Amino acid sequence: MKIIVCAKQVPDTNEVKIDPVKGTLIRDGVPSILNPDDANALEEALCLKDANPGSTVTVVSMGPGQAMIMLRECIAMGADDAVLLSSRAFGGADTCATSTTLAAGIKKIGDYDIIFAGRQAIDGDTAQVAPQLAQRLGLPVVTYVQKVREYKDKSVVVERQLEDGFEVIEVPTPCVLTCIKELNTPRYMTIGRILYACESDCIKVWNENDVELDPSKCGLTASPTNVLRSFTPPPKGKGEMLSGTVNEMAAAVVAKLTEKHVI
Amino acid sequence: MVLSEKYQLIRKLARDFCEKEIPKELQDEIDQTGDYPQELLDKFKQYGFFGIKAPREIGGQGGDTLAYCITIEEISRVSSVSAIYVSGANSLGTGPLLLAGTEEQKAKYIGGVARGELFPCFGLTEPGAGSDAGGVVTSAVRDGDDWILNGRKAFITGAPIADFCVVFAKTDPKLGSKGITTFIVDMKLPGVSCGKPENKMGIIGCPTSDVILEDVRIPDSCRLGEVNKGFSNAMKTLDYGRLGVASQSVGLGQACLEEAIKYAKERKQFGQPIAKFQAISFMIADMATELEAARELLYNAAVTKDLGDPKASMYCSMAKYFASEACNHIAYKALQIHGGYGYIKDYRIERLYRDCRINSIFEGTSQVQQMVISGALLK
Repeated sequence: MKIIVCAKQVPDTNEVKIDPVKGTLIRDGVPSILNPDDANALEEALCLKDANPGSTVTVVSMGPGQAMIMLRECIAMGADDAVLLSSRAFGGADTCATSTTLAAGIKKIGDYDIIFAGRQAIDGDTAQVAPQLAQRLGLPVVTYVQKVREYKDKSVVVERQLEDGFEVIEVPTPCVLTCIKELNTPRYMTIGRILYACESDCIKVWNENDVELDPSKCGLTASPTNVLRSFTPPPKGKGEMLSGTVNEMAAAVVAKLTEKHVI
Repeated sequence: MVLSEKYQLIRKLARDFCEKEIPKELQDEIDQTGDYPQELLDKFKQYGFFGIKAPREIGGQGGDTLAYCITIEEISRVSSVSAIYVSGANSLGTGPLLLAGTEEQKAKYIGGVARGELFPCFGLTEPGAGSDAGGVVTSAVRDGDDWILNGRKAFITGAPIADFCVVFAKTDPKLGSKGITTFIVDMKLPGVSCGKPENKMGIIGCPTSDVILEDVRIPDSCRLGEVNKGFSNAMKTLDYGRLGVASQSVGLGQACLEEAIKYAKERKQFGQPIAKFQAISFMIADMATELEAARELLYNAAVTKDLGDPKASMYCSMAKYFASEACNHIAYKALQIHGGYGYIKDYRIERLYRDCRINSIFEGTSQVQQMVISGALLK
């Protein structure tokens, strides 16, 4: 099987600061990580590979050169190789232009059996790229996959998380599945794999020419999204979790309310 | 030192692993009961932590000395006793085999440790031979194709759980340190036994005991390296052990610094956090500066060791000496910043303070390091 995983390098925080003038994220000084949901996507791909010896897992990402370390991390976890779509022409892309670029990269890889992606990235939280990618590749997509029940010959049966439960969907392959943290626990890297990831030539870097993409179809020029206004919401106060028996917790609530003169 | 992506990822792996797998409650439980969970050891084995430097061909990870040091540093930042297990498997236990072992011995013993099937221990110290390691009196006498070993090794880290012990024994009593030979002793052989585990001040959870050898018969195939060449083998192995202790010291120092900063920001006296007082903030500045100096010395020593620099042994001793003293200074100040609370076991700094005390003692006391350093300069 040829398995593809989409991954993004994101700032390591849920409280990203926003440039008040440009309306974009300020990345300077914030450490970058593999997007958490994408780690779940990779883990699912690696489990599928483990169950099907001879399979390969290729990680695809669009981003600046600094995203190389994130791809090395994916390879150190067990992916076989990776492609970084990186070019000035790709800069400033919204989800629309990003999915165009990823689709071009994945078309070039070709011959895939299944594509895993994270539900959404913790920086933009749009959850749009994977469904758009599926559309551009002409593939079915199931979002919010919390469990894979069975891989069949030409389809896969998954559980899709809903707010109050889940639905079971059988979807023909190839397809795009977007993964959530309930799906699995991502494995650790190993030291030996880290050395392999850093010392071998397992990451390709492709620009718009490599994936035969017209520069007018990618990056800022192909991004219809206009950010009208960005703001940082005022931080909410921290909640307090009570534990113990029902009686103890009830007593604690009453004590708090009394202390604050609510009752 | 600016680290390449390789070492950044190794740090991330060790940090993520330890923060997730060894939470504070488990650290406390290990310290209180002295029992180290087998499941945790198994996880360390599963992810290759016991064979960081072992060659890939025999099941190791193929890493270098800096990779080993950064891993030990990060493990020690979370759990110093865990770092003892990992360091022991990577340095003392397998070092003599890497240096002098036959291909067969390497594959069996280093490979076994790297794959997590065997656990080693290192039998050099004796009741009467500590800093004066050349003064061992454990004897090995040739008997046909075999050797007969007799003696007592003391303070052997991990002995009660080890599968084999690398034993240094006198094969020619007249020759002093030049009459020592190394042997691989299976801990299950008739005549091998362990003393009662020592009741230690810190690094609780890894048993330390005597190893007693009574007429232990081992075949010549278990001799490691040439006859009477064991002492230089031991000294070279100690370089890695010393880097291990320097790494543990830097990790522990980092943990102490983090605890001190956290507490100084939370604790309020005279109407403000104590971190606002110069008496506290300057202590933190000193701790961080000393720690950073220790870290640089350590990484430099690790790189020189791999480069085969003739001064590498001296640098390893300098790193061990400076870092182990530094982590004691840092732990002292971190506990001082905690005040009375730091003296109570509910606070993590109490354990860190106990754990770091051994670092300026084992693998050569600070005074022995001074001898090595000055000896290299004045020879």
